[in-house]
Amino acid sequence: MNYERIKEKLDILADAAKYDVSCSSSGSTRTNKNKGLGNSSSSGICHTYTEDGRCVSLLKILLTNHCIFNCAYCVTRKSNDIKRAAFKVQEVVDLTIAFYRRNYIEGLFLSSGIFKNPDYTMERLIGVAKKLRLEENFNGYIHLKSIPGASDELMREAGLYADRLSVNIEIPTEKGLKLLAPDKDRKDFIMPMNKVKNEIIQYKNDKRKFKNTPLYAPAGQSTQMIIGAGGETDAEIMYSSAYFYKQFNLKRVYYSGYIPISYDERLPAIGTEVPLLRENRLYQTDWLLRFYGFDIRELLTPEHPNLDSDIDPKLSWALRHLDLFPLDINKADKFMLARIPGVGLKSVNKIIQARRFRRLNWDHLKALGIASNRAKYFILCNSGEYESKDRTAAQIKGLILQNSTSKFRKTFDQQLNLFNSIN
Amino acid sequence: MTTILMYDGSFNGFLSAVFIKYEYKMQQVRIRKAAFTSKNLFDSIEEVITNDKKAERVWLKLKQKCSSKGLSFLYKAYLSEIIGGEDLMLKFIEIALQSEKCIASDYSSPVVLKLSQIAKKIHREKHRMEAFVRFKQTKDNIYFATISPDYNVLPLICSHFEKRYADQKWIIYDEKRNYGLYYNGNHVIIVKIDFKKDALSSQNKALFYTRDESDFQVLWKSYFKMTNIVSRKNTKLHLQHVPKRYWKYLTEKELY
Ligand code: SF4
Repeated sequence: MNYERIKEKLDILADAAKYDVSCSSSGSTRTNKNKGLGNSSSSGICHTYTEDGRCVSLLKILLTNHCIFNCAYCVTRKSNDIKRAAFKVQEVVDLTIAFYRRNYIEGLFLSSGIFKNPDYTMERLIGVAKKLRLEENFNGYIHLKSIPGASDELMREAGLYADRLSVNIEIPTEKGLKLLAPDKDRKDFIMPMNKVKNEIIQYKNDKRKFKNTPLYAPAGQSTQMIIGAGGETDAEIMYSSAYFYKQFNLKRVYYSGYIPISYDERLPAIGTEVPLLRENRLYQTDWLLRFYGFDIRELLTPEHPNLDSDIDPKLSWALRHLDLFPLDINKADKFMLARIPGVGLKSVNKIIQARRFRRLNWDHLKALGIASNRAKYFILCNSGEYESKDRTAAQIKGLILQNSTSKFRKTFDQQLNLFNSIN
Repeated sequence: MTTILMYDGSFNGFLSAVFIKYEYKMQQVRIRKAAFTSKNLFDSIEEVITNDKKAERVWLKLKQKCSSKGLSFLYKAYLSEIIGGEDLMLKFIEIALQSEKCIASDYSSPVVLKLSQIAKKIHREKHRMEAFVRFKQTKDNIYFATISPDYNVLPLICSHFEKRYADQKWIIYDEKRNYGLYYNGNHVIIVKIDFKKDALSSQNKALFYTRDESDFQVLWKSYFKMTNIVSRKNTKLHLQHVPKRYWKYLTEKELY
């Protein structure tokens, strides 16, 4: 192995891959077969964190950053004057194994620029995964990119070796896509996504009948959308997201604040702040949809097309529905408990377990770790006092903001200051 | 007068002490590790001899009364090595034995809450060690790592590494507690190593580790650097996830 050369390639191809924010290695349980190397645990492990605070769980690289396309928002685009490189299949295999054996990573996330054509590219990605599984007996996590426009046969093969497959939609609306990636067609994203979805359904059916049906993409599919590049509203982003979750049974949608990388006048200028706070609000909304039983229509509407920046989407929803509160913490069902601001799902479970033993009061709730500075305006419990007899939504919001030192406020202090100076 | 039952520091030793407390119907009892027991004029100290059979009987009794969650609370509290943790464990056992249903989810009880908080800390440390162990390949082809976790979590991480690295020999060594796990390709054994002075210092690295080893470390460091997005820098979040006390074991955080 020629380290100098590998290092040079790794630098280029890791740098080009970093804008894909999905790092998850979760959702797959692959056991170690025949005393081979590795396994995947369903929760995944973050082995380290970058200085921007993101989890590093996989070796995330491009196979090559040569590309025949010219998507405006992408560093790898054809017209960008940058150093290009390409890994050989065996080089990626060796690097993955060496990193894995040292417990640096959970596995590999391999993406690629499109060279020659989609199938040619997809074949090479599959080549890496196949070698890892068959020659190295590697049972760690493999995430492969589905190349837009790749054929059905290749997508079928990819799922036999990969744990997860993903196509990045990147631009949430069709009109945005037309503007920023004119040579791309939404159909080309949908095609491989659809094939993989159908194969997963097929696999689940077969599995019921035949025990040793080979695994097919056990960690499912995901996608990513870039935020703040195409001028979409939060509603446009989240309705699009909800559609993809539903239509293609996606496991995750990632939201990635656009990082200005070119002087293209269709895009925010270089130096524009990355919209981290907005990205965070979108993740919170996504969370509410997937785990808290919210419907997108409850959170974003034509009258309310953007999320509040100063408060989180659950609090925002609760303030618009004060008629449903206060809730009695000792009686309310799981579904409603999860809708109380300041009460997370873990707390919901603890409340339900603990109230079997006795009626809970404020002290109990505090001991359970409930953020009472928010929750207190929305609940009744086994203590006399109740906080917000006749407060309006605006008053409650004011009180909460005044007393809150939420992590967003601290983390995004700079951004908030920016907002304040604008208002 | 309080009786102090002094045990050898093993989990079975603790359970043996519990057995004795119940056998002799002792009222005011504290259980302490021999190493931490200091004499107090007013206490009487009794030495407990670890007895695996007695320990087993206590454990089986607890199993009837408690879910596996409750049992794991006890074991984790033991591994936490928190001073006075035994008092909490004993209290938990007393309540559990009297109670009809398993008390492990009674979060409104202070004892259960406290134990669950300790268990959570141990769990987090276990998870961190599964993440932060960094193996280095030695010339005799053993993947070697040292750690010094806040709590004694080696027993908890053993099966994770055994399942994952089934085809390579490895050692994970707890420097703080001076013992380690050695997987020899078949099964795990507990080892103690007498390190010569400076054995693991940077000058001596070349003696122990393969040539490839330093090359891969360089590649990894370089990858770690490249995958960072400077315009998203967030040091606070970074430190929250990777507290400084762990840096010394993380290849990617080494300076040079
Ligand atoms: S096809 Fe992919 S790699 Fe190529 S320019 Fe578009 S987004 Fe970038």
